[in-house]
Amino acid sequence: MATITDIVEGRGICICAGSGGVGKTTTSAALAAGLAARGQKVAVLTIDPAKRLADSLGLEELGNTPRMVDPRLFEPCGVEMKGELWAMMLDSKATFDELVRKHAPDAETRDRILENRIYRQLSNALAGSQEYMAMEKLFEIHQEGRYDFLVLDTPPSRNALDFLDAPKRLTQFIEGRGMQMFMKPTGFATKVVGRGSSMAMGMLKRITGLDLLSDLSEFFQAFSGMVDGFRERARRVSELLADPATTFVVVCGPQGEPITEAVYFHRKLVEAQLPVGGVIVNKVHYEADEEAEGEIESDLHELLDDDLAERVARNFDDYQALAERDARNVEHLQRELQPKAVIRVPYLDEDVHDLEALLKIDRYLFASEEQREELAARGAA
Amino acid sequence: MPELLDKRLVFVTGKGGVGKSTISIALGLAAAARGKRTMVCEVGGQETASRVFRRAEVGFHEVEVAENLWAISIDPDQSLREYLLLQLKVRAMRDMLVRSRMFNYLAAATPGLKELVTIGKIWELAQPNRKVKKAAEYDLVIVDAPATGHGIGFLQTPRTFAGIARVGPVHAQAQELDRFITDQNTTGVAIVSLPEEMPVNESASLERSLTDEIGMAVDRVYMNGLYPERFSTSDAEQLEDALGQADGAARAAVRAALSEHRRCRSQRDQLQRLKEQVSSPVKSLPFIFKPALDVASLERLAGALV
Repeated sequence: MATITDIVEGRGICICAGSGGVGKTTTSAALAAGLAARGQKVAVLTIDPAKRLADSLGLEELGNTPRMVDPRLFEPCGVEMKGELWAMMLDSKATFDELVRKHAPDAETRDRILENRIYRQLSNALAGSQEYMAMEKLFEIHQEGRYDFLVLDTPPSRNALDFLDAPKRLTQFIEGRGMQMFMKPTGFATKVVGRGSSMAMGMLKRITGLDLLSDLSEFFQAFSGMVDGFRERARRVSELLADPATTFVVVCGPQGEPITEAVYFHRKLVEAQLPVGGVIVNKVHYEADEEAEGEIESDLHELLDDDLAERVARNFDDYQALAERDARNVEHLQRELQPKAVIRVPYLDEDVHDLEALLKIDRYLFASEEQREELAARGAA
Repeated sequence: MPELLDKRLVFVTGKGGVGKSTISIALGLAAAARGKRTMVCEVGGQETASRVFRRAEVGFHEVEVAENLWAISIDPDQSLREYLLLQLKVRAMRDMLVRSRMFNYLAAATPGLKELVTIGKIWELAQPNRKVKKAAEYDLVIVDAPATGHGIGFLQTPRTFAGIARVGPVHAQAQELDRFITDQNTTGVAIVSLPEEMPVNESASLERSLTDEIGMAVDRVYMNGLYPERFSTSDAEQLEDALGQADGAARAAVRAALSEHRRCRSQRDQLQRLKEQVSSPVKSLPFIFKPALDVASLERLAGALV
């Protein structure tokens, strides 16, 4: 049975992907902390950590560049920090601005874009821009070569696949070359593109109003000089994602829907020829041992008063039903993924929002399957 | 201000994974049970309704999934086509436009256009006099809105476009959409939260953004998935004592009870935090101990929603 160590062994980048609300940020942070504690210099790029988690890492002002987590914070948790843990919070607008600065052919174009109303109002809302900026930042930090290992927590999105298309969509969006031609109201455009398009242009004007078209036109024109730079960059980002030193980990929950999504997502990653290491299932209800099931009621009645024993038994039934469901779902997932790893992290009794809880998760992530069962059975959670 | 279900349009929003789709459908069932012709809209390729009601054909058309309850999954490309047809009246003209290379460039590249046409379609569904020919009127349209982050941007789109297009039809129409979704008599919002740190934080900041930045009315916040309080503190003490003596399945059962108690307490703390941090009324919804949500459990949830 593979473990997280097998997944990350010999790699330099781990991308944690999955739909929203499944604990991606926590998992990314736990993975990074675990690798750092074991001696590597690790940076985790996160999107939106819980404030208390950031606070507990001493990173109240998490910025758009990595900052080191104080190794002394690990001591009270009984963990010796042999490496270094760095963390940063992605600011996609700032990253986009940096990218424009980098690729703009001259200061005038740069300012025209940064001040363009459409850019300013929509660079945040632009479909896939947050996803793309996450990977752009990953690429940039990777280029600098200052870390042994990078963990990327991908943005929450309903469709976990959004970020796969992001480089393509971004390039499409700035492919202003074609646009620009059409946008010029008269002359050259009409001749080249022919009557069909000029009629279409006329219709568009009727629908949208000229004003919007001319604003858009300026927007695309400003961007058109940067297409090559952007395209080249997007190509290299895509290369980095497919690199054998990169591994994808899908994070999900144990319920039917998240499992179905994880299976689907895994397939898509494989189809896209991206290196998938495995799946981490969070918040799993572990099944108790089957043995002595018949005696449970009488055992409980011996230990507790009747009323409490009844309630404990009823609660256990509910809990077992969830545990059975989780076991079924994980089994289904395991069949789909063969022979890749499915790593289960139990549903802890408390919310994970400090370093101590994070390191608890860490124990499960890095345990072998047998150790994990044992931890869960002992109720280490 | 009318009650949530007496509005024409309700957006259900919140952080990813909090149960927005489930609550949207349950709200739909609640409204339908009151005799309202209700539509539940999914956006961004979600297909929960078709799964729950086992109706594979829920797509970009209005399908009746239960008595008085309809569902649609809004596809932006098809919404754009429908919109163009309404604008241009002549199908041949629309087809020409949609086929033109330039138009496809523009449609794919214009930031926010997908969101705008999606909201446009939602608006159309919520109109007393539908623009689409022969389409029937709905009393209530419920939108299973995109997750927070994306959600705010989504709802801001009409105003953004109205600002960019200073004059002309897009300006006027975007302004009308914005007016409609910010009219507290017609449009409401339900935020869905979970009794955990992050969802509570996000619900509070979401409420602020929706009311302060967009000017929408947040009608209520649902605290979803709350465990029942099965064990008191003195129960827990007894259980702690018993844990040492128990073994086998009984030990697992005692441990499960203690876990339940601990989670329940941490959930109550989060519920308290939520109530302190938001100004809209908070309504708690029970955790449903069911392996998978079926129509029956959604109906049970529907009873707790209103």
